[in-house]
Amino acid sequence: MKKLSFAKLNEFFAAIAAKEALYLPVNNNVGKAEFKQWSEGVELSHALNTVRSAKDFFFPQTENLMKFKMEGKSIEVSDDRAECEDFVVFGVRACDAASFKILDSVYLVDPIDTYYKNRREHGTIITLACGKPAETCFCGTFGIDAADPAGDVTAWETPGAYMLRANTEKGEALLALVADLLEEGCEKAVAEAQAKTREILSKLPLAGLSTEGVGVGMTKELFDRPEWKTLSESCLGCGTCTFVCPTCQCYDVRDFDTGNGIKRFRCWDSCMYSDFTLMAHGNSRNSQVERFRQRFMHKLVYYPDRNNGTFGCVGCGRCLARCPISMNIVKVMKTLGGKN
Amino acid sequence: MNNETLIPYVGIVTEITQQTPDVKTFRVEAPGGGKLFEHKPGQCAMLSVPGISEAMISITSSPTNTEYMEFSVKKCGCLTEWLHAMEVGQMITVRGPYGRNFPVYDELLGKDLLFVAGGIGLAPLRSVINYVRDNRDKFGTVDIVYGSRSKEDLVYYDEIVTEWCNTPGFNVHLTIDREQENWDGHVGFVPNFVKELNPDLKKTVLMCGPPIMIKFTLGGLMELGFKKEQVYTTMELRMKCGIGKCGRCNIGNKYVCKDGPVFRFDELDELPNEY
Repeated sequence: MKKLSFAKLNEFFAAIAAKEALYLPVNNNVGKAEFKQWSEGVELSHALNTVRSAKDFFFPQTENLMKFKMEGKSIEVSDDRAECEDFVVFGVRACDAASFKILDSVYLVDPIDTYYKNRREHGTIITLACGKPAETCFCGTFGIDAADPAGDVTAWETPGAYMLRANTEKGEALLALVADLLEEGCEKAVAEAQAKTREILSKLPLAGLSTEGVGVGMTKELFDRPEWKTLSESCLGCGTCTFVCPTCQCYDVRDFDTGNGIKRFRCWDSCMYSDFTLMAHGNSRNSQVERFRQRFMHKLVYYPDRNNGTFGCVGCGRCLARCPISMNIVKVMKTLGGKN
Repeated sequence: MNNETLIPYVGIVTEITQQTPDVKTFRVEAPGGGKLFEHKPGQCAMLSVPGISEAMISITSSPTNTEYMEFSVKKCGCLTEWLHAMEVGQMITVRGPYGRNFPVYDELLGKDLLFVAGGIGLAPLRSVINYVRDNRDKFGTVDIVYGSRSKEDLVYYDEIVTEWCNTPGFNVHLTIDREQENWDGHVGFVPNFVKELNPDLKKTVLMCGPPIMIKFTLGGLMELGFKKEQVYTTMELRMKCGIGKCGRCNIGNKYVCKDGPVFRFDELDELPNEY
């Protein structure tokens, strides 16, 4: 355990940023937190979480895959990916750190997605334990501990200082880089901070949210439930939930004529959109009921089926805060579990 | 480069055959000759014309063919219209092979086979049929029931008549939807034809065609006493990646691109009816 006094935080950031790009949550001009690259003068946000999740670092909203040179009847393909350089992200919360494991289970299984893998290998994650979890938080439902997040380094905010614990070789290398700014840490201070966080967690309105009624093997029981219709009735199909979701990983692949060859890129897509499954001969999910059901069945049944019971949700609460019609996975779970 | 799963090979279209008014078969070879990659019967590949789009198409040639791969494509959307407008010598991109094949290397060995196809649905089965022809001693009898709207809409007609009909142990049963001149064969829909033929219950069935044909043929087979464990089909849904990551071709917890496209009907029974 190491200790970084608040007074040395700026030096800490500067030392990291001198070596590689450093990103951290920063308040934007309307006071919402978003991940920004650190430079002298940039201040760490004290918001609980960023509006968008941290998935962008490994699975950006759009990225170039390859380019094609077309001449007469011939085609030349070339790998067009951007060079990946080492980077550090400070201030990732437990929920987003858990989401990386979920993205890994999709992109790092055979056949491996090397675009994703390159970024993952170049990124070092410093998580920050939550001091004040919010009413929309329910990571505990999925076995995630907001007081002890994963990551290459875990940080706790304690009176006067951050406590830092390296969890991986990458994390140890990072702390070694800034060793002269660190002092010996204090386990007791961490334990006290954790106790405070857990006290708050236990009293949150969603603390008792259970996964009863959803999970592995529940397709037959849940697929034809009549409640899907009422739950999805007001869904606008806007896709906001999928875009703010740290675990939503579906993508589209598109071509773009640059005027000097064709670029093939991928971008986030949403199962909530009507053309997601549209083919020349029809659509397997014609109505919003089916599309809505797909999103929640995927997170609560299909993903667990394929991943030893792990749920495809990390309880970050972003969809609760952002859905324009106030529909969300918590309401779906309560309804399907019969506890509404 | 080709360890990168999304990055395709470039192939040259070396022959184009007009099969029916709206189906063409494209022969594709590597720029230096030969096949772009090996595949198993029933597997698919992502074909693309850069700037237009990319789509999953079944590989209709048999893996026993060592010189080229073939794809039969029905003109019905953006990419397929572009493919139909191509001339010989045009390059396209191909990546694959993707998905689970028909089990010709294990479960189907020694079995009597009944192929049931409608329209362009014969394309993925042709790969299996020609594999079986080239490995004749490894399989039992072969019955092929194939129907289309009209005689002109029967794909691979010449190959069926000159090759399949003359293969020992092969019985080919063709049908068209309505009477027409120059046709003295069977007239009627595939599901009824299959029932009329009253196939032996020992046969293993491989089926592909329009959903309505599949639904009624399966029903008919069940009435005859076939079990769902004996009947295989191959599915298609919208795909972008072909490797189980882009998230759109799932039926319940299975991805058609990776866990399929070949499924047995008892396996499909375990999945929600969303295809």
